[in-house]
Amino acid sequence: MGAVRRSFAPWADPTERPLIRFENVTKRFGDAVAVDRLSLDIFEREFFCLLGPSGCGKTTLMRMLAGFEQPSEGSITLADRDLAGVPPYRRPVNMMFQSYALFPHMNVERNIGFGLRQDGLPRAEIAARVDEMLRLVQLERLAKRYPSQLSGGQCQRVALARALAKRPKLLLLDEPLGALDKKLREETQFELMDLQHALGMTFVVVTHDQEEAMTMADRIAVMDHGRIVQVATPGEIYEQPKTRFIAEFVGDVNILEGRVRGQQDGLWQVESSSAHGPLTVDDADEVLQNGQAIAIAVRPEKMVIHRGEPPPDALNVLRGEVWDIGYLGDWTVYRIKLPSGAIVRVTRANRSRFVDNPIDWDEQVHVTFAPDAAVILAE
Amino acid sequence: MTRRLSLFNVTSLVLGFAFLYLPILLLVVYSFNASRLVTVWGGFSTQWYAAFFRNEALMDAAWVTFRIALLSASFATVLGTLAALALTRYGRFTGRTLFTGMVYAPMVMPEVITGLSLLLFFVAIDLDRGFLTVMLAHTTLTMCFVTVIVQARLMTLDRSLEEAAMDLGAPPLRTFFSVTLPLIAPSVVAGFLLAFTLSLDDLVIASFNTGPGATTLPIRIYSQVRLGLSPEINAASAILIGIVTLGVIVATLISKRSSLTPQRSEIH
Amino acid sequence: MIARSLSKRMANALVPALPFLWLGIFFLAPFFIVLKISLSDPAVAQPPYRPAFEWGDLAGFFSRLDLENFTTLVSDDLYLSATLSSIRIAGIATILLLLVGFPIAYAMARAPARHRGLLVALIILPFWTSFLIRIYAWIAILKPEGLLNQGLMALGAISEPLHILNSEVAVYIGLVYGYLPFMVLPLYASLEKMDDTLIEAALDLGSPPWRTFWTITVPLAMPGVIAGSLLCFIPAVGEFVIPDLLGGSETLMIGRQLWSEFFSNRDWPLASAVAILLLIILVVPIVIYRDVESRRLEPRP
Repeated sequence: MGAVRRSFAPWADPTERPLIRFENVTKRFGDAVAVDRLSLDIFEREFFCLLGPSGCGKTTLMRMLAGFEQPSEGSITLADRDLAGVPPYRRPVNMMFQSYALFPHMNVERNIGFGLRQDGLPRAEIAARVDEMLRLVQLERLAKRYPSQLSGGQCQRVALARALAKRPKLLLLDEPLGALDKKLREETQFELMDLQHALGMTFVVVTHDQEEAMTMADRIAVMDHGRIVQVATPGEIYEQPKTRFIAEFVGDVNILEGRVRGQQDGLWQVESSSAHGPLTVDDADEVLQNGQAIAIAVRPEKMVIHRGEPPPDALNVLRGEVWDIGYLGDWTVYRIKLPSGAIVRVTRANRSRFVDNPIDWDEQVHVTFAPDAAVILAE
Repeated sequence: MTRRLSLFNVTSLVLGFAFLYLPILLLVVYSFNASRLVTVWGGFSTQWYAAFFRNEALMDAAWVTFRIALLSASFATVLGTLAALALTRYGRFTGRTLFTGMVYAPMVMPEVITGLSLLLFFVAIDLDRGFLTVMLAHTTLTMCFVTVIVQARLMTLDRSLEEAAMDLGAPPLRTFFSVTLPLIAPSVVAGFLLAFTLSLDDLVIASFNTGPGATTLPIRIYSQVRLGLSPEINAASAILIGIVTLGVIVATLISKRSSLTPQRSEIH
Repeated sequence: MIARSLSKRMANALVPALPFLWLGIFFLAPFFIVLKISLSDPAVAQPPYRPAFEWGDLAGFFSRLDLENFTTLVSDDLYLSATLSSIRIAGIATILLLLVGFPIAYAMARAPARHRGLLVALIILPFWTSFLIRIYAWIAILKPEGLLNQGLMALGAISEPLHILNSEVAVYIGLVYGYLPFMVLPLYASLEKMDDTLIEAALDLGSPPWRTFWTITVPLAMPGVIAGSLLCFIPAVGEFVIPDLLGGSETLMIGRQLWSEFFSNRDWPLASAVAILLLIILVVPIVIYRDVESRRLEPRP
């Protein structure tokens, strides 16, 4: 998961200067606050994803970077240069638009060369750079075609090539894969990652698709209501979500409500109406009070179903009845109804093609999970 | 809606178009009438066309009308395009409500009012009536039509195209000329053609604002019509109709071809 | 840098300023002049009116102002009946246009998509040919010895020629004929947008076709009905060419009255007063029309 580049973590290095710095940026449209006192550092060569539901302010953040919107308060710096008042056409930043925004009256070649012509480069150099870009996105044969003659995937490549042609310090991608079908999207995700790695450029991607963000990003900023809720690597976001919003927005999750009863051997003891005995959770980071109301988040794939009695050493046991079974091919999803009325989802990999006597509807089962499979979310 | 047309639908269309086109058709047919009596068929003849071309007063008027239409349509196209840009790309500027009012009102305002008020204005500022005043009056009226046509196109134009151009380094003016204008060109041309025809057609506003040496074709035709039907006018009308029809056909072909250009060029 | 951004800002402001100024000078200012002259006395001079206002003579202006022209308008029966008859004729013509235009627009909207462009073009095409010529064409048709009477008599439908030309009926024919595109196009625009499945849903829920038409189609076509009606009614009230060429001497219309005050009687102040009267009648429909249009053409906030 994630673009695993082991040694790459400039954000962890306090001596590293960020390429982009948002400082206390607020953006208002009339009375509506789109971005709320937001601070954020993005580093050179980083593949950075802004993730969040629609209306969370991620697009506004990107448009402020591109220069289409000005912050109402706060400052944005790029390579230590304040961007205030710098119009879009003077910023060393290029953008790939969600709609691709290919000029319909220009062929592929002229679309890619548009930015270079604005810089007044010599013709030969423009031609050479356009050729290079066409090779990069493997569209050499379509140079003379017009956008209306291209498929969605081809348009996406032209838009990418056009944005890359000026070798910007920073490339912004607004929902870059949104218009592609699922198969093509997966392929393109990896191509984008390879490309970014090869060019050594900084990418900032806006997306509402968590899978896309998880696959490609070095770091993800999850946004909600104009604020950043968490900035972390995909692994951290998934395994150590800071809030319930993130746990629910990124991936599937079961939430068990409960109260803290105390700490034993460094593990938290939690009383929950969903379980019979106390639940044991290994989440040493949290500082909690006895009696505090909390939520426990457990991912469905980290829960195990047992027919009959659970293993005697199991720490967290829930009992319930199979309510629904969804067969997805690679996985099967079981929805288990607990006596409290709550429903938990448990997924199980389908390891063999045939199963004798499979788990059936209405069957009484036990569900267990390990203490370190759960995360405590303080309310 | 794409269900089959009912008998009622077909009848409405046939009767509707018959109503629209029959009078024009009859007018053209009777322009080839040999008889001086316009409504009595006296055999085929082209003599009235010859008479029209020999009629110097009519020919002069036609030439004046053409020059006024060309100039006023050109100015109207520039002003109307600017107005459309102002209405679609400038958000809520001060005086916007007044501005939209001034754009939409002339289109429905009875021509007698517009004509009279402009005339009184020209008299008040002591501008002699003639070619110039008719041209200014027509520019004012027709720029509103251009505005509406271009505005409609600008509204449907994807804003991100202009943003992309700016993002790639084109300042606003260059963005306009390299991206916006080529994309709205068909509507600008349509606006120009409409302005041109409206100017060509106008009787009322021209009558108020005309002066010596600036008698337009509609004014000439009108004064002749008031005296009774004249086969010469039929011929002149048929020629005008022919020119307009030809122009519309050519314009349609051009717009068809330009929309096909991308498809026609080499597909590997 | 400051100078540069200032000049850029000025160039930027030129885009709205230029058309704004133009319309201010050539559209708005003239109305104030009409208003001013409507309050002046006629004079046998060139121009034929005595100014009510000289710059720098404000006191004199108010003492000389008189509403004499408007008193004339109110006291003389002619103007009142011309006004009322203009509104009546324009109103009846608008209803006739709706009755004629709706079936055409409806049929166009139901036609296969590939034919609709052509149908729209066919509706617009006559509009491109001269209005004057198109009205002229009807004279030859409606005359007592004209083509309509010739045809009807040949068919034996009538024995005596109908006297349509120079009557109010001819004015209605001319108005419906001349304004038909203005009615059909807005109607078509709102009917064409309509989702066919709405009709199917209504039929599916048990509403018979005629009731579906009244409860679904007509309400959804309302914006088109309003736009089309205003687009026809407003100019029709002040129409000059049609009543002048097709109407009889008894067909009173205000636009025609203005024309004759101006060109025949050369009474400019009275003509101006008539124009102001006409404007007062039309100001409400014009404001409504502007709102309808700008709502249609402007981005929703």
